Amino acid sequence: MNRTIAQFTYHALLGRRRMMLLLLLPALLIAMALIIRLAAGPDIDPLITTHLLQHFALGAIVPLLALLAGTGAIGSEIDDGSIIYLLAKPVRRSEIVLTKLAMAVGCVAVFGALPILITGWILTGSTLNLPVAFAVAAFIAGTAYCVGFLLLAVVSRHAVVIGLAYALAWESLVGGYLPGAGALSIQQWALAVADAMTPSTDVESMVRLAAAIPLLALAIVGGSWFAGWRLRSFTLSHAD
Amino acid sequence: MSQTLTTRVQPSLLQVEHASRWYGNVVAVNDVTMTIGPGVTGLLGPNGAGKTTMIQLMAGFLEPSAGVVALDGRPVWRNESVYRRLGLVPEAEGLYDSMTAWEFVLANAKLHSLPDPRAAAWRALGVVELQDAQGRKIGTFSKGMKQRIRMATALVHDPTVLLLDEPFNGMDPRQRLHLMDLLHRLSDQGRTVLFSSHILEEVEQVASHIEVIVAGRHAASGDFREIRRLMTDRPHRYVVRSSDDRAMAAALIADGSSMAVELDERDGLLRVQTVDSARFGWLVPQVARRAGIRLFELMPTDESLESVFGYLVTRSAR
Repeated sequence: MNRTIAQFTYHALLGRRRMMLLLLLPALLIAMALIIRLAAGPDIDPLITTHLLQHFALGAIVPLLALLAGTGAIGSEIDDGSIIYLLAKPVRRSEIVLTKLAMAVGCVAVFGALPILITGWILTGSTLNLPVAFAVAAFIAGTAYCVGFLLLAVVSRHAVVIGLAYALAWESLVGGYLPGAGALSIQQWALAVADAMTPSTDVESMVRLAAAIPLLALAIVGGSWFAGWRLRSFTLSHAD
Repeated sequence: MSQTLTTRVQPSLLQVEHASRWYGNVVAVNDVTMTIGPGVTGLLGPNGAGKTTMIQLMAGFLEPSAGVVALDGRPVWRNESVYRRLGLVPEAEGLYDSMTAWEFVLANAKLHSLPDPRAAAWRALGVVELQDAQGRKIGTFSKGMKQRIRMATALVHDPTVLLLDEPFNGMDPRQRLHLMDLLHRLSDQGRTVLFSSHILEEVEQVASHIEVIVAGRHAASGDFREIRRLMTDRPHRYVVRSSDDRAMAAALIADGSSMAVELDERDGLLRVQTVDSARFGWLVPQVARRAGIRLFELMPTDESLESVFGYLVTRSAR
């Protein structure tokens, strides 16, 4: 972690309207939890909590947050060319990638995992350990998503569009319903972790934990390494 | 400019050997070989000639499709260590608008792992005369000030090689003079400075050596006088309209100052080619007066930089 690179990333990531979007998504989740709690009273069926946390929080909010943070941590600097001030330095490219990744994951932890924990507590307290299970799953999924989206931003100028298509089409629709596609769904991998942390029978993943953990590790480690390797070959887009 | 950089530096050489760069079927740089040594070198060429591509190749931000670009014998592509000696001033890349000038230059100094980054940042801001604006956010800067901030970040680690892409763009005359003065001083300290421009006069005032690039090809190389001579000793084309084009053609041929004279009866004019444009411009009115011809128009038709550069390319291809 390089503090100076983190400083640049902070200005690129949070100095713009992206901050509003990063705040909006968790605010929406917590607002929904409060409305349900006020409407249904203290005895909320854990199934409602599971549905909200699994399908809305883990299935939609976490990938969208990771898309904003993962692509924003490096994509905006690549788009406007300011990345050149980082790259024209005797700094290892892996150090740049890992620092930016840490910033993006930090965003997902603050704006994703923590609000999910709060949402779970608002709805069911510590029943069935659901808040902690989903917060941990959100953090792990968010990390894997951030790696993927950061890598996408390094290799493509259309990272947001491709990432959005993946997050909405693949993760929310295909990966959740087709058994084969589930094996390639970060959401399902993370759900396997949540499943292992809660006695609830409502939380069930299409992927076994024994497969999910190596797949998550491979995605996170392999993706980070590849992003650093590609950044070494970074080419400025425009030239006369 | 009050602050100074290290007074003398170890000389560095940038070598471009048979470098080409193409994008699909488009050749941006075609088999260019040049060596850039200490002093100020101007990379001259019209817009779209491949100057930015050349600078990006030299800065390690483009992989040569063929050939090698090396700094002091070591390839620059995929070699982060070259940035210890190399500074780059990009043309118009984005800046971190929400950072202050001080924060930005200091961060750049820290990324170089300099022993005293604060002193280096302060000195670099002094070199570009932005110490008074150090607390202002970069987003509030004028175009010229932003260019100076780019310059400060490129100089903060006291590089031996400085590459600048169209550095005078957007600068007012005073800022231009300051930058020219700075480039001269960097050159005097033994640094290798290369800047690109499409304006001959700009290059003339700063560069001791000129490399001309046109349509991706290395068209000419030499000091300013050499390039100027190449540019002025080329055939110049003029259009002449007079009260008697046929008699005017005969008078010009008889005088011997023209290489070729063509009578265009359809458009009612003469097309004349000459090698000595200064003498020709002086001579035509004299010839017309002696022959009793009224001269209506004398107009050069190929004085654009593009046509001058085009001539250099065809000359280098021969």
